[in-house]
Amino acid sequence: MKYDKENYKQVVDEYTPKNKILKNCVWAFIFGGIICLLGEIIKNIFVSGFNIPENDAGPMSSVVLIALSALFTGLGWYDKLGKVGGAGTVVPITGFANSVVSPALEYKREGLVLGTAANIFKLAGPVLVYGYLSAFIVGILSLIFG
Amino acid sequence: MKKVGKQTFNIKGDVFINDIFTIVGKKEGEGPLKDNFDLIVEDDLWGEDTWEKCELKFQKEAVKHLMDRNGLSKDGIDLLISGDLLNQIASSSFAARDLQLPYVGVYGACSTMALTLGLGALIIDGGFADNIMCVTSSHFCSAERQYRLPLEMGGQRHMSAQWTVTGSAAVWLSKSGQGPRIKNVTFGKITDLGVKDANNMGAAMAPAAYDSLKQHMDDTGIDYDLIVTGDLGTVGKSIVNKMFNENGKSIEDKYDDCGTIIYDIEKQDVHAGGSGCGCSATVLGAFLYKKLLNNEINKLLFTSTGALHSPTATLQGESIPGIAHCIGIEM
Repeated sequence: MKYDKENYKQVVDEYTPKNKILKNCVWAFIFGGIICLLGEIIKNIFVSGFNIPENDAGPMSSVVLIALSALFTGLGWYDKLGKVGGAGTVVPITGFANSVVSPALEYKREGLVLGTAANIFKLAGPVLVYGYLSAFIVGILSLIFG
Repeated sequence: MKKVGKQTFNIKGDVFINDIFTIVGKKEGEGPLKDNFDLIVEDDLWGEDTWEKCELKFQKEAVKHLMDRNGLSKDGIDLLISGDLLNQIASSSFAARDLQLPYVGVYGACSTMALTLGLGALIIDGGFADNIMCVTSSHFCSAERQYRLPLEMGGQRHMSAQWTVTGSAAVWLSKSGQGPRIKNVTFGKITDLGVKDANNMGAAMAPAAYDSLKQHMDDTGIDYDLIVTGDLGTVGKSIVNKMFNENGKSIEDKYDDCGTIIYDIEKQDVHAGGSGCGCSATVLGAFLYKKLLNNEINKLLFTSTGALHSPTATLQGESIPGIAHCIGIEM
């Protein structure tokens, strides 16, 4: 049989092992759930243990999660969690922290300015750019219609 | 002319593979070939401060050990031919800077081992050199950061993704000696059937492997005892088998792939198998070459496969060109 780009695609699909979507979803649910639960626990500790108003305790618990994620990334643990947790560890704020800290670590060998600083947003950059852009558009819309 | 058939160069004189020195990393040193490597380095930096410097040390040490073991001096080596995966083939050039041998740097991605062996054999057979060092290397960490994502980034690897071998092999080719000889060399054509998925290199390279293997066998008509491809992994290997079966020339009973030999695919969690320049290079040195020396096989068709993948071109919508070079080795 003579292969071209069209029929070879079918061969590749046939022979490429499929990702275990159901298993990955279950683990993502569990890991994502645990991270969010952890956030709630931290928040409750701030509220009941330190008498911090609930509105302030929310962002503060996010900061703690970010710090924990950065620490875990530095210790080389977060990628191991990510291997099992998948989207469950990528989607929460801890995944965002991981995506900033991991290039920062990796590029420090090229120097603090042209290495770490220039590459720190290599992965998170697109999220920031389109995050700000959509915030801007929504802001304009709310100004017009709100 | 020393060319046979359409694409194969027939080596008329003697080009011996006199010795091969292999160095691998920890993961490879825990695999099925753990007792066969010459040196296993447990630390992924090997005392250096970057992975890139570690990789060039792999190349340098492989050459030095090979020269020491055989009592070779720098004056006795006519040429160093080497290549690797990194931008500007940095590992090879920096190793060559320290080794101070006349140097030809080549880029063939993971096909580098066969590419350097083929070029070396032609140069020796042409009468231009007596002794040539053919060297290549790859390092999991340096390759990951250049081609994929930072190592500490938490995420899941695709099931068809392969694991870049941390390892290097130095091969001593010589006009005189004993043991296995390179008899035929087929440089492949770039074959691209439109695979764009950088997580499925085996599928991208398989058509090139099939094309070169078939061409080599048509050109030479040699019945090999063992046919081995470089780093197609489980996916690419299955596709090559399928293509030969469809043509009614099954090679299944004597065909294997270095990417599936170097690791225990199930236990070592490498998904579709090994890849990288070091994959076919270290399996040749630690496993295939020894099979030839022990007379377990007499005729080996060694084919390194390369995905000439450019991350920039992939982002611009290009597919991944594949290539495969065949080296016919006989006792």
